[in-house]
Formats: sequence, C-alpha cells, structure tokens
Amino acid sequence: MNPGALASGQAPRRRMAGGIPRDRLVRFAYLAFCTVVFVFLVAPILVIVPLSFNAEPYFTFTEGMLRFDPEAYSLRWYREVYESEAWRGSLVNSLVIGAFATILATVLGTLAALGLASPAMPARRLVMGLLISPMVTPVIISAAGMFFFYSSIGLGQTHLGLILAHTALGIPFVVITVTATLSGFDRNLTRAAASLGAGPMIAFRKVQLPLIAPGVLSGALFAFATSFDEVVVVLFMAGIEQRTIPRQMWAGIREQISPAILAVATFLIAFAVVLLATVAWLRRRGGSPRPNR
Amino acid sequence: MTDAAQSLRRERLRALGLVLPLLLFVGVTFIAPLGTMLMRSVHDPVVADALPETLASLGEWTGEGLPPDAAYEAIARELVLAREERTLGQVAGRVNRVESGLRGVVTRSARGLGDVTEGPWREVMVAIDSAWADPGTWHAIRATGQRFTARHYLNALDMQQLPDGSVARQPEDRRIYLPLLWRTLIVSAGITLLCLLLGYPIAHLIAHAPPRRANVLLVLVLVPFWTSLLVRTTAWIVLLQTQGVINDLLVSAGLVGDDGRLAMIYNMTGTIIAMTHVLLPFMVLPLYSVMRAIPGRYMDAAASLGATPTQAFRRVYWPQTLPGVGAGSLLVFILAIGYYITPALVGGSSGQLISNMVAYHMQTSLNWGLAGALGGILLAGVLVLYMLYDRLVGIERLSLG
Amino acid sequence: MNRSISDSLWRTLVSRCGRPGASCALGALALLAIAMPAPWDKAAGQTVTTVSWGGSYARAVNEGINIPFTAATGIRVNVEDYNGGLAQIRAQVDVGNIHWDVVDLEIADAVRGCDEGLLELIDINTMPAGPDGTPAADDFILESQTECGVGAVFWSTVYAYNADNIPGEKPTTIEDFFDLEAFPGRRGMRRVPQVNLEFALMADGVPLDQVYAVLDTPEGLNRAFRKLETIKDQVIWWEAGAQPPQMLADGEVVMSTAYNGRIFNAQVLEDQPFVIVWDGQLLDVGQIGIVAGTPRLEAALRYIAFATSAQSQAAVGRRISYSPTRRSGAPLVTTHVEAGVDMAPHLPASPGNVDRALRYDWEWWVDNQDELNERFSAWLVR
Repeated sequence: MNPGALASGQAPRRRMAGGIPRDRLVRFAYLAFCTVVFVFLVAPILVIVPLSFNAEPYFTFTEGMLRFDPEAYSLRWYREVYESEAWRGSLVNSLVIGAFATILATVLGTLAALGLASPAMPARRLVMGLLISPMVTPVIISAAGMFFFYSSIGLGQTHLGLILAHTALGIPFVVITVTATLSGFDRNLTRAAASLGAGPMIAFRKVQLPLIAPGVLSGALFAFATSFDEVVVVLFMAGIEQRTIPRQMWAGIREQISPAILAVATFLIAFAVVLLATVAWLRRRGGSPRPNR
Repeated sequence: MTDAAQSLRRERLRALGLVLPLLLFVGVTFIAPLGTMLMRSVHDPVVADALPETLASLGEWTGEGLPPDAAYEAIARELVLAREERTLGQVAGRVNRVESGLRGVVTRSARGLGDVTEGPWREVMVAIDSAWADPGTWHAIRATGQRFTARHYLNALDMQQLPDGSVARQPEDRRIYLPLLWRTLIVSAGITLLCLLLGYPIAHLIAHAPPRRANVLLVLVLVPFWTSLLVRTTAWIVLLQTQGVINDLLVSAGLVGDDGRLAMIYNMTGTIIAMTHVLLPFMVLPLYSVMRAIPGRYMDAAASLGATPTQAFRRVYWPQTLPGVGAGSLLVFILAIGYYITPALVGGSSGQLISNMVAYHMQTSLNWGLAGALGGILLAGVLVLYMLYDRLVGIERLSLG
Repeated sequence: MNRSISDSLWRTLVSRCGRPGASCALGALALLAIAMPAPWDKAAGQTVTTVSWGGSYARAVNEGINIPFTAATGIRVNVEDYNGGLAQIRAQVDVGNIHWDVVDLEIADAVRGCDEGLLELIDINTMPAGPDGTPAADDFILESQTECGVGAVFWSTVYAYNADNIPGEKPTTIEDFFDLEAFPGRRGMRRVPQVNLEFALMADGVPLDQVYAVLDTPEGLNRAFRKLETIKDQVIWWEAGAQPPQMLADGEVVMSTAYNGRIFNAQVLEDQPFVIVWDGQLLDVGQIGIVAGTPRLEAALRYIAFATSAQSQAAVGRRISYSPTRRSGAPLVTTHVEAGVDMAPHLPASPGNVDRALRYDWEWWVDNQDELNERFSAWLVR
C-alpha cells in the first residue's frame, strides 16, 4: 500500500487485479477508512446537539424525533438550565475563575517566554521543562497535592485557591505558544529599534508586542479553555460556593442524569467552535503556524 | 571584549529577571503542592505525636510476647487524651491500616477507658478488648509510630513489612496495585496503538490534501480537541449505553435482538473507546505537522526508480514520519496512564485505572499516604517519559493544534 | 465577597507577609482577589451548610424543612450532596478546614463518627418536646437515638424493577435478584459492602434471623462474597441514590437495589412503571449530626432542633416515603402533598411490606465497616 503517492494522485498504474486497478481499490479502502475515522471523531459531538432539544427526559432519539415531529422537540432543557440557580452560579464561577487565571497565566507566561527566548538564558531546557510540567503531570496528582497544600495555607475552598491552581495548569500553554511565536521573531528588529533611540520598554511595546500578540492571545485562549474545562482540581478543592460548570456537569453525569446537561453540552460545543475559530484566525494573522510544526 | 562580556551578563540577568516571577509562581502553586503530597507518602507524625509515651515504652519491648505494663499505662492515658483532643479518629484510622479491624478496638477502648480511673491497666485494657492481649496490635501501633516510613510505598507495590522487619509480598488476595498498574500500562499502550492506527491515515490525508480541503478536515480534528472533555464523555454515554443511540441502531438494523443489546459502557470497552476518542487529536496533530513537511516528490522519485508503492511507503515515507509517530505516541501514552475522568465516568468497576485508585484513597478510604505513594510512582513514570519526550522531540514542540 | 473567604485571605496575607519571599507574593495575590467583584456573595447573614443525599430526598428535605427553617429563623441553608460514608467529614476534620455543619448520616456512620471525635455530642434532652409535651427522649423511638445523632427518618433499601423491561414473569423474592437465568440482564447495586452482603446471604438461603450471625464468621463472609461474585459481571455499581431510578428508566439495568423513597417518588411523580420488591428489604434509621468543631455550632443546633420536630418529619414523610422517628410524627404522615396518594402502603414498615424485612444491624457494621470497605473495594477492582 502506498497512500503517500496515491493521495497525491500520482500512483503508477502498473498493477491490475482483475478489471479494476489495484491501487484504485487501495485508494478507495483508504478513503473509506479515513471517512470512518472522521465520523468517529465528530459524530459523538454532533449527536448531542439534536438530543438536547428532546422533549422527553431521555438520552436517546424518540420516535417522534425521528419523524421530525415538532412536538418531540422542545427547549425545556435550555429553560431548565437557564432558570437553575445552580447552573447560573456555576457559569459565573467558571467565568470569574477562568478570567483571573487567564490574566495571571498570560502576563507571567509571556514575560517568561520573552526571557526564555533570549539566547543568554541559563539552564533554558531545565526551566522550560519545569514550566511545562503542569501540562503532563497527571491531573489527579496535581489535584491531590493542591488539596493538601492549599488547605494548609488557608486557601482550600476559596476562589483564590482555584484561581492560583488553574493559573498553574494554564501556564504551559501560554509559554508554549508565545515561545513558538518568538522563535520566528527577528531579534534584529528590537536592535534596530534600540539603535533608533527607543528604550527597551518602547521597543517592546511598539515592535515586539504587536508581532507576538497573536501568539499571546492564542496562549490566553488555551489557558482560559483549560480553566473552563477543568474538573479534577475543582472536585478536590471547591466547596459549593466555587462550583464551576464542569463540576456541575460531573454531578449531572454521576448523580442525576438529566438531559439538561445535554443543553449545557451544546452550549459548550458552540463555545469550543468559537474558541477554535478565534485561534485559527489569530494564527493566520500572526502568520505563525508554529505550534503545529 | 569586556563590553561584550558585560552586555552578555546584562542580557542574562534580564532574561532571568523575566523568567523568575513565573518560576517562583509555579514553584509555589504547583511544585510545592506536589512536594506536600510526596512528603505525605513518607512522613506521618499523627501517631507519634498522639502516643509519645506509649511509643517510648514500646522501645524496650523486644516484640516477643506482650509489652511491659508501662506501655499499657501510657496508652490508657494517651488514648483518653487523644479522644478529648479529637485526634483519636486519625490515630485509630492509621493503626487500622496496618492491622485491619483495629480502628474499632482503639475507638472502643478510648470510650471504655473514659470511666476508669485506676489500673491495673493491662487487665483493664484486655477486659475492654482482648485485642490488647495480642502482640499484633502492639506491632501495628509501633509501626504507625514511625514518623518516616516506607510503608506506603511497600503497600503500593503489594508488599508489606512483617513484624520482624523483613519485607514480603502481600498475600495473594490482597495484591491489587501491581495488577492495576500493569493493567493501566497495557490499556494505555493499547489506546496509543489504536490512536496511531486511526490517526496515521487521516493525518496523511490532511497533510497531502489541497490547502482548502485540508483546512476543513483539520477542523474536524480540532473541534473535538477544543470541546470540553466532559461533553465528549457525555456524548459517549449517550451513544454507548444499553438504550443508547448505537444499540438502538443495531437493534433497528436487526443486527442484535432487543434483549441482546451490547454492554459497551461501564466496563473496559467504554474506557477504551472514550479515551481513544479523547486522545486521538494528540496523535493526529504531531503526525500531521511532520507529514506536511515531506515533499511529494520523494515518493515520485521512489516510484520512478521502480519501487512498488508498498516499497516506496516502507522505505521512503514511513521512516520520515517516525519523529511524528514517536512524538504522538509518547504524548498519548503519557496522557493515557494518568487519565482519571473518563474511566471514572464510563469505566464501571472493570474499567478503572491507577489514577482512579489514587482518587479512591484520596476521597474515600482517606489513606493519604498510600494515595501519595501511588501518585509518586505514577509521577515518576510520567517524569521518565517526559524526559524521554524532551530528548526525542523537544518539549517546546508540544503540539497544541 | 463571602466573609469566611475574605477572612481567610486576610489571615493568609497577614501571616505570610511577616516573612518575605514567595509566600508574600501569594498574599499580594490575595489582595487582588479581595478587590475582585464577588457575584457569589449573596447574604451577609448567618448560614448553615447541610449535607444530604441529593435527588428527590434532598428535594423533600428542602421543601419540608429548609425553606420553612429559613422563613422561621432567617438563617440561610446551603445544601450540599454526598453519598454517605465518613470520608469527607474525616478529611475536613483532619485538614482542619470545616465547611460542613449538619450532615444526614447513616446510623452506623453516626456512631463511628462519634467515637472518632468527628461529630459533636448532642444531648437528646435539648431537643424540643413532642406536640403533646412528651419529652424528646421518650418521643423519639429508642433505637433512633445515639450519642451524636438525632433520628431523622426510617428508610429501607429494597430492590425494584421496571415492569416495562421485564416481560413475562416478574421477580418477587430476593433470590430472583441473583437469578441471572430466570431474569437475565444487568443489575444496579450500591457501591458499598453494607446491605449487599446481607442481600447475598439472604439470596443464598440464610434465614433472616441468622444473617448477621453468619456474616460474623469468616466462612459466612466468604460465602456472601462468593454469592456476589456470581452476578459481579452483570452489576453496575451506583453511588448516588438518584441513579437507580434513572438507570431503571433508561433500561440500563433490569433491576436495581435502591432507597425505597426514590422508587416511590419515581412511581407517583413521574408515573414510572417501577415495582418495589419488598422481600428481604433492609430497614434502617437515618440520623442527623453536627460536624465537630464547626464555627456555626449554634445555627447547626437550631437547625437540628427544627428539622427533627414532629411537623418537620411529617413534612418530609409527606413528600417521600420515609417515616418519622418521633412517635408523635407518625400520625401526621397522611397523604403525599402533590400526588395526594395515601402514604401508608408505601412505607417500609407497613404490614405486607414488612413481612420479610431484615433489620439493619448497625452495631455489627460499626465494628466491621472499615475492614469490609477495604475488602470490598479490593474485590471490586479485581
């Protein structure tokens, strides 16, 4: 099999098996397989959307839904979520914690990335490894450690504790994206600015920042998404006053399965699409496809 | 020369100054918590603090027969004290972990001793519970009295320390962590392989498609990547449950009978399917970026030199994608062995992984030392893989979609 | 901003900045958080956090007790859910971060928690007398009184099935729950050793009055686990009381053990075709207690006095089929407040339901819970 050549449509057509060229068969099988994988990736997410309009309290398509009977569809779960104080409170908590964690992670992470980009930075590899470790450490371990440590300094069951914890988890994303943008940055530009009499602050603001802004922003979005989706640390550290949307969903899945969580899920899918579109747009603007490299 | 050296020094200080705040921040908010957890896995002062005199009088005890009367007198006093100071529960819980059943003995005794004002203490204690006439009870107390202990790590490796100090394997029916660790490794490897199998072709398709189509296809990978983990897990519950979408489809297609619906969730099958779905983008993205950089003309050249498509793929294309295969596989494997949420929600009892055991000891059994030890072992494994990743791929090239 | 949060922030700030360095940076961040808008700050007044079992029971408690309590006293009630056990209370007391005040406990946990110093002692004589002046100590049925717990409800664990999902002959005995041949399909069971071991022995032919005597021997325990082993592959383990009715409605299981009140509520409020099998039911007492060392002790005591009054108990009993632990409460439980159905036939202790009921021996479980928790969880993952 040679998908490489086949995909680019330049396969030599030497071999024939029966009447059909063998490579055509192979190519067909290959495309079919890929289609199945794409369906596997996306279908589960798409299935949620229509089910969230189910008029019945079930997790599956009713006969009415399959007949496209308008009676079988309703907004009742959206109404339930909208009217629920618990869900509304959790949205506020998610936004507040996410916003503060994002700001902290972005500011600290960008500064650090600027330092890391300098060729003079000592022990670069080690520092980088340390800063990115929250991303690969199993979150159950981070959460366990944070539970003990934050409780012992009086930050258990507080918004501040969660903000700090989520900041730590979001930092690697900012460091990675900004470092990636900076590695494409021509340092001569800063030197040129300096030679024209600009101080380091001005050179940073006028020259460097605009160029790395897309990387900073997409790092910020990653950090926000991380906090917005995080549930394990919240499970360990949050009291009822700090419940976030994922925590509420966790309870919804584990304890009182209700199609209301499908409504929330649909909202979160829409939110993910918006985030994704923004990051894609930033990347094109920044002209830096680097994190993918 | 000195100018250059000086400016280099200034540059170095500037770089350090920029990195330092974050380094401190991560140190306090992340590394220190990990340290606390690891500390708990080897250090436990509760019993030593609550029963200091008891432990001191046990110091003279050879371990043969029963301890001296002084030990009985001391523990009678200290148990009552611990009850007043509300540390009794913690003491009892710890002793219970060494010798199952002692929690009740300790709490009952403390309650019973509340009304007793004078000895002989040995007789009083034994009258309250005959366990006090069993050397095993005292061995357990002495063992938990050590401030620093390797007990939790031994426990996490299905071993135990015998009263004479030697280390032995746990009895057969108590060995659960090594099999679970083994299961976690196997399942993670299986999921990694599945991701590679599913991810390689589509990464290839995207990498060599015309730009416009490639972008559309890439979105199909990125949407799940950006979608909340809980949403994706919910989706699989909806699809896989007995009355779920897939079983409904199978039944209406006549492939299975209504009473023969497949059990695809709340077991290992559910864990594997959902985790493969969640981790697949982490495989596709690094593969895609490596493949995109492979010029099509290499394959053409191979073909024009007379290689069959299979040969061309095996000898020319595949080797060039190995860095992507390595990066993707390592990343997926690292993430898989520490996974918690998905197995917890769709794994039932047979689909649990080592992380779920850490959570169990954190939240339910409250054996925090053991949770720390299991976490420490898991963390060490991840760290080794992480360093391997850094060596092979470079951490700054972690793929983020 | 919530007072306790800002207090703890200030404490952190003040104590940390005595020493320079990283911990002081934390303090500076705390300042930032204080300056933050605090939309979650709802009331500055007194609050008490009560912990209950979620789902329809928590709803009944909320409507029957919490709302009237706040109306009467002005004390706001925060409600959290849990699924039993002492773990969360132990964790709070161990770490010294107590945020639960009043907890709805299984009686065995109330006794163990008391012994371990996790719960406040409550003198039953400080509870209000019955409506006719009977002192509390006489009004509460004796077996519902312990040192740290005040009786809340009588409830029972039963098993139930969805009549729509079992065609033909229906299960009627506890043996049927373990009979995979006559009734194939998955079962729901609570992810704890208690009750399940008793069910297993009863289904294995042990007479009701000997269940605990058999359990008390190593062979008897092995026998119970062996019986569970026969259906282990087919069991979905639930934790929250709200899960069994959900799993029965979804058809995820053909039958499930459940708290009797949950099934009742699904029957009368959601018209689910569920049937309770009372054979071999386990009768138990629920208690409420106070977490030791809570800073809101006074509000917690007021809450408990209110919640265990005859009126409150009846208000719960008219919303979910659990009966009062006060003698004076029982006659007040008449009909369901919404559905209007007579409650009596749905209560575990009613004649006809109670014929083959086993009384839960909590004293046995006080002594054996920890050991069996361990054994059970090891058994589960194997």
